[in-house]
Amino acid sequence: MSTVVLLTLTGLGLGALYFLVASGLSLIFGLMDVLNFAHGALLSVGAYGTWWAASGHLPGAGADGPGFVLAVAFGTAAGTLAAVLLELAVIRPLYERPREQVLATVGVGLALPALLSAIWGADARPFPGPAALTGTFGLLGAQVPVNRLVLIAAALAVLAVLKLFLGRTRHGLVVRAGVEDRAMVTALGIDVRKAFTLVFAIGGAAAALGGALGGLYFGSVDPGQGTSLLIFAFVVVVMGGMGSVGGAALASVAVGLVQQFANYYTTAGLGDLAVVVLLAALLLVRPSGLTGRLA
Amino acid sequence: MNAEAQGGQALSGQALSGRAESVASLLRVRDLRVVIGGRHILHGVDLDVRAHGVTALLGRNGAGKTTTVRGILGLVPRTGSVLFDGTETVRLATHALVRRGIGYAPEDRGVFAGLSVAENLRLAERPGAGEPAYALVHELFPELRQRARQPAGTLSGGQQQMVAISRTLLNGNRLIIADEPTKGLAPKVVTEVAQVLERAAEAVPVLLVEQNLAMVRRLAEHCVVLADGRTAHHGPAAELLTDAEATRRLLGVGRHQGAAGPDATGPDATDRAPTGGPSADRTAVDAPPAARPHTDREH
Repeated sequence: MSTVVLLTLTGLGLGALYFLVASGLSLIFGLMDVLNFAHGALLSVGAYGTWWAASGHLPGAGADGPGFVLAVAFGTAAGTLAAVLLELAVIRPLYERPREQVLATVGVGLALPALLSAIWGADARPFPGPAALTGTFGLLGAQVPVNRLVLIAAALAVLAVLKLFLGRTRHGLVVRAGVEDRAMVTALGIDVRKAFTLVFAIGGAAAALGGALGGLYFGSVDPGQGTSLLIFAFVVVVMGGMGSVGGAALASVAVGLVQQFANYYTTAGLGDLAVVVLLAALLLVRPSGLTGRLA
Repeated sequence: MNAEAQGGQALSGQALSGRAESVASLLRVRDLRVVIGGRHILHGVDLDVRAHGVTALLGRNGAGKTTTVRGILGLVPRTGSVLFDGTETVRLATHALVRRGIGYAPEDRGVFAGLSVAENLRLAERPGAGEPAYALVHELFPELRQRARQPAGTLSGGQQQMVAISRTLLNGNRLIIADEPTKGLAPKVVTEVAQVLERAAEAVPVLLVEQNLAMVRRLAEHCVVLADGRTAHHGPAAELLTDAEATRRLLGVGRHQGAAGPDATGPDATDRAPTGGPSADRTAVDAPPAARPHTDREH
């Protein structure tokens, strides 16, 4: 029983991390048809930004209490800024050339981690975190790390904010309409490029927050973290249906849980394979993903 | 009554020839060319939309009507000149041109299926450009008010067309472009759409792409006919439609399926069958065997 509880919460924590990356990825793809291979690097920027600030480099920030909140905010802001710059400087000039666009995001996705390892080394760095978030708590006989709950809470908060943004604001309405038919949005007199930048900012913020909290989850930061998470985030996006935030949430939970349980009850590493099998099976049954949206 | 007035003018012989440059035009398109994927779709379209009433854009299927409209709006890459109210707009982005006061109801209606009716209409609001005219829209289409929360994808074709037309009426536009608004609609809905466009045209000029000649006859004062990506003809609508020979040659609509030759049995004739229009068209076109000589710039 205690193992099941632990595996469930760890799986949900991992799913939360996937959701933070996949939600932005899904919106960006849905709205702009851009496969952003640099999205994992945005997570790394958030992780390193938080690590840098929490290690005492940013005045006021630290590894504990309000200082850690400030460090997470700093990391998230750094990732958001990087995402906006990426959209304005790399993606925007290449809108008419999708192939070059994909290659450019792959390039940025490789260059940013390389830059991080050039500055801080390729080895994993221990991630400082508040004592309250690094311990465990007892639940139904299991000792569950607190950071799982932090990730789950953060993902739920991001999901709620995204739902409010998409459902209740004019910008959100423009994004939803743009996911369906971008050209028609412009034909109504709306500058859809503003929505592009906005969606990149939102996606970058969510991924960077994932990086900051992922540091807690893994206990360390390393330059390649984001890229390895990106693969599963892509699986989540395809399973959830392109452009669907709700679908991404469901698929994140499924992928996180399947991966944890399969890794524990079968050979380690088989869980990662199980995810791909799950994806293939789903696409055979429902080619357009959980929410029935076509890419 | 319009037809008579236009017909009289046409008899004087000037309207069918040359470019109608003497008449004030709100939209003036010259030498519009569109190349998509290496294929030349438009080879130089000229057209004028007058500052009043309905200007119809006609032509057989594949003549380039929809591409012309999309080219005007910048939805496809284009060259040439597009003067809107005297200002060159060919280098403007679509949204910037539309904001100058164009309402566009596209061929496929362009309704956002996953969004509610109210959300579809809200997207057409232009913040900072005056109050949206919801009173007018709800008066014309009371149904849309009742269905405000319904996803637009679950509406009938006619209801979706109402949403599309409402979006053009909501924001005080100076020009409405409607691309085949009656396509695939039941005859009763066609009449309803015609009534709304007729009423809209009293206040705002309309560029109407239409295959249903009964609609054109009822609404349009002026018409432009495209053939193979070029302007093949323009002049008073009544004059063209009473000239059976010109109608057959330019639009591929014949007297009878058998007698009209290969043109009339093309996709054009069969395509329009569900609208209930063609039979009415044919009889009407048949009626006066107008002996008036036609002019066509291409021949």
